[in-house]
Amino acid sequence: MQTLNFQQLLRYQDQLIDGTLHTLLLTLVAALIGTAIGVAGAAAVRGGPRPVRWAIRGYVELIRNTPSLIQLFVVFFVLPGFGLRMGAFEAAAIALGLYFGAYCTEIVRAGLDAIPGSQVEAGQCLGLTRWQVFRHVVLPPALRSVYPAFTSQFVLLLLGTSLASQISAEELFHTGGFIETRTYRSFEVYAVICGIYFALVMIFKLLFAAVGHLAFRWPVRR
Amino acid sequence: MALVDIKNVTKSYGSIEVLKGVSLSIDEGEIVTIIGKSGSGKSTLLRCINALERIDGGEITVEGQPVRTDMPNLRGFRQRVGIVFQAFNLFPHMTVERNITLAPILNKRIAKAEGRALALDVLARVGLADKIDAYPAQLSGGQQQRVAIARCLAMGPQLMLFDEVTSALDPELVGEVLKVMEDMARQGMTMVLVTHEMGFARNVASKIVFMHQGRVWEEGPPADLFANPRTPELRSFIASAR
Repeated sequence: MQTLNFQQLLRYQDQLIDGTLHTLLLTLVAALIGTAIGVAGAAAVRGGPRPVRWAIRGYVELIRNTPSLIQLFVVFFVLPGFGLRMGAFEAAAIALGLYFGAYCTEIVRAGLDAIPGSQVEAGQCLGLTRWQVFRHVVLPPALRSVYPAFTSQFVLLLLGTSLASQISAEELFHTGGFIETRTYRSFEVYAVICGIYFALVMIFKLLFAAVGHLAFRWPVRR
Repeated sequence: MALVDIKNVTKSYGSIEVLKGVSLSIDEGEIVTIIGKSGSGKSTLLRCINALERIDGGEITVEGQPVRTDMPNLRGFRQRVGIVFQAFNLFPHMTVERNITLAPILNKRIAKAEGRALALDVLARVGLADKIDAYPAQLSGGQQQRVAIARCLAMGPQLMLFDEVTSALDPELVGEVLKVMEDMARQGMTMVLVTHEMGFARNVASKIVFMHQGRVWEEGPPADLFANPRTPELRSFIASAR
């Protein structure tokens, strides 16, 4: 019987660190793209002109109802045919950003819907512009109410970046595959990779709790 | 010229006609109290004065300027005609100071320190200067409503509208809000209020408007109107409100 042996993996420490950093970077870039899409998309779905609303609805439905892996392939293999040439990492960031953006649109929209119209009215009566009402009156409490949903979606995104290995973007999961082919220590490699993902998620959970604590300080009456 | 001139205003929600030709004029410094049963169109009329509702017919002018939901400089107009709501509508995520200074800082370009001074000034007028750093959730209903009045005052309005501002309050908190409004009346603010507080209507108002079924049924000085109601509708309303 074969015994566990993590010894060989130590040689690949640098690759593991590099893969972890790339996973982090990929997650953060995709989250940034997606959050921007989400806020703008949610605002436009509620207040934009009809063609824009339809376009966003179509985008959200398309992304949420198709496999992310295929979305990744489309960006990486199909877009270059239209002259949009990019590396695996860039393609993964864009595909995952679009993926996260669709979910974010729905999450932020739910938050905006939860703000009563009387708040908007109060803002208008103070002579605020539509943008000022959105930015200062509606958005902050809306974000607070969907913050937990946003953070769990973020965790799904972080774990989902492993899909990028399929277009050979050099993130953590891809690094795992690379080490495995050299050591044949499949179980050990993926146990370590798994532990790293787990640790990353835990760190982000702590971080989100702290950020939420700082950003949403106002008391609420229950 | 009257400050507010309402001529033959009609307004429907779908097939229900809420205002059936309302005419009313309000002079500067007047305290006009609109009373009547629920569904008589009181609140709708008030919201039309502030262009929160579109009117279907007739005309409303404030200082001779026609009030429309698509009027030019609607935002500037709204700063001159303040409204206080039944449900306070304070912004829960902002301190009292920020609630008051948000609009002046964004749109009147006043500095932050100036904003704080402004907030302290208007809060002093509603007796809440010590609550400047509190959040709405930390205040009682009566205090929240006084902050809402202060927020309105900070805009420096020429006319203030009050839409059943004490109706959501516990009975023991009504008095503190009414007292603030009495002070404002004494200082010469032009006020139009929809209320069920008959004592306030009787003692503070310069004019009572009794609305019934979407029309101004009777109007006049409170002493006259309460002592000698001319219509059976007002008579029974006064009797039931006692």
